[in-house]
Amino acid sequence: MKMHEAKRVEIMIEAIMESQVTRSLAAAGVTGFTILPVLGGSGRSGQWTREGSVSRASGMIAVICLVAPTRLDALLEAIFPVLDDHIGVVSVTDTQILRAERF
Amino acid sequence: MDQILSLAGQNLLSPVILCFVLGLSAALARSDLTFPEAIAKGMSLYLLFAIGFKGGASVAEHGADLRLGMAVLVGVVLSFLLPFAAYLLLRSLARGVSATDAAAVAGHYGSISIVTFVAASTLLQARGITFEGYMVAVAAAMEAPAIVSALWLATRGGSGTKITPDLWREIMLNGSIVLLLGAFTIGWITGERGLAEIAPLIVAPFKGVLCLFLLDMGIVAGRGLRNARGVISAGVIAFGLLMPLVGASVGALAGLLLGLSAGGVTLMMVLAASASYIAVPAAMRVALPKANPALYLTLALAITFPFNLTLGIPLYMAVASALAGG
Repeated sequence: MKMHEAKRVEIMIEAIMESQVTRSLAAAGVTGFTILPVLGGSGRSGQWTREGSVSRASGMIAVICLVAPTRLDALLEAIFPVLDDHIGVVSVTDTQILRAERF
Repeated sequence: MDQILSLAGQNLLSPVILCFVLGLSAALARSDLTFPEAIAKGMSLYLLFAIGFKGGASVAEHGADLRLGMAVLVGVVLSFLLPFAAYLLLRSLARGVSATDAAAVAGHYGSISIVTFVAASTLLQARGITFEGYMVAVAAAMEAPAIVSALWLATRGGSGTKITPDLWREIMLNGSIVLLLGAFTIGWITGERGLAEIAPLIVAPFKGVLCLFLLDMGIVAGRGLRNARGVISAGVIAFGLLMPLVGASVGALAGLLLGLSAGGVTLMMVLAASASYIAVPAAMRVALPKANPALYLTLALAITFPFNLTLGIPLYMAVASALAGG
């Protein structure tokens, strides 16, 4: 099976910022992404969990997208202004995909 | 004083408050007792719908008058102004708190806690004290204006942000405001007939669901207290206990000027004394990301909310009864 090089970008960010992130991705031409709920965790801002959460202010989500390596810089430049001061982590890993024309 | 202590004693031994204490104790003891997010959210939606609908039905039964409009207007003004008092009080009591953090906290104290409102109205009903049904509309009206004041205070301190269309949407179309006002409107339109049709859902189980919700709130508050080390100083705690009394005093004055009943004055005091932990934290995360969420969530949820629930409400009830009669 023919595999193609790609980049997997994982954006862990406050749930409240979901629409801003997805809009920025769309503006950068990234229309394919997956949003996952995150159970809980710990970081510079302390521990948190989504259980019993009464406010969207305290939840986190993970936005995952797979892009061709040539589109990575445009994606990061588009989302950086949204992430800037917010709690979150962005990581980029090398991966391989089938059907490269879709990315 | 005896009346306040007696009311506080009765209040503390009600199932609603005992459930909150159970949740708080469980979290502080590091029990694994927890509510899944979806259930907590479901209960919150149920309570907002029920309280909104019943408020609207009450207005339909008793009729709307000029006082309704005046009460809503006064609520909006209070919500705009209370953040300024909160900002000054916090900055004077806790000098280490930054201007941005103080502005974010101030926004929470100008807005309201709908759960405290629901608990207070339930306790009033349990004692046979009536109140104006339109206080639900006042509660909804007081949710958002404080956010604008908080952002103005932060901008003055050099860390604010412009209110973008996204933020306006977050503020004005926040789910809790939409549901509360929507249910109020439906209740007003359909009146007692509509209430009778869905009473088995929104009247009979109401107190039981409130107990479970407050159990969950106790867990969240306890967890907040556990994680608050390093954020909460003596000055911050003093603010969390004093600001409700400042707000309640202003609320009492407003309620008396409006000519509300003793129950109505109590609820106006509760609204002015409580701090938001649903609508405002979300808006602050978008607009003031540099403000420390641990500070404002701990203050609103783990200090002021338990204070209002256990001691504040009976105190406000006693003061309102003494001032407004009934």
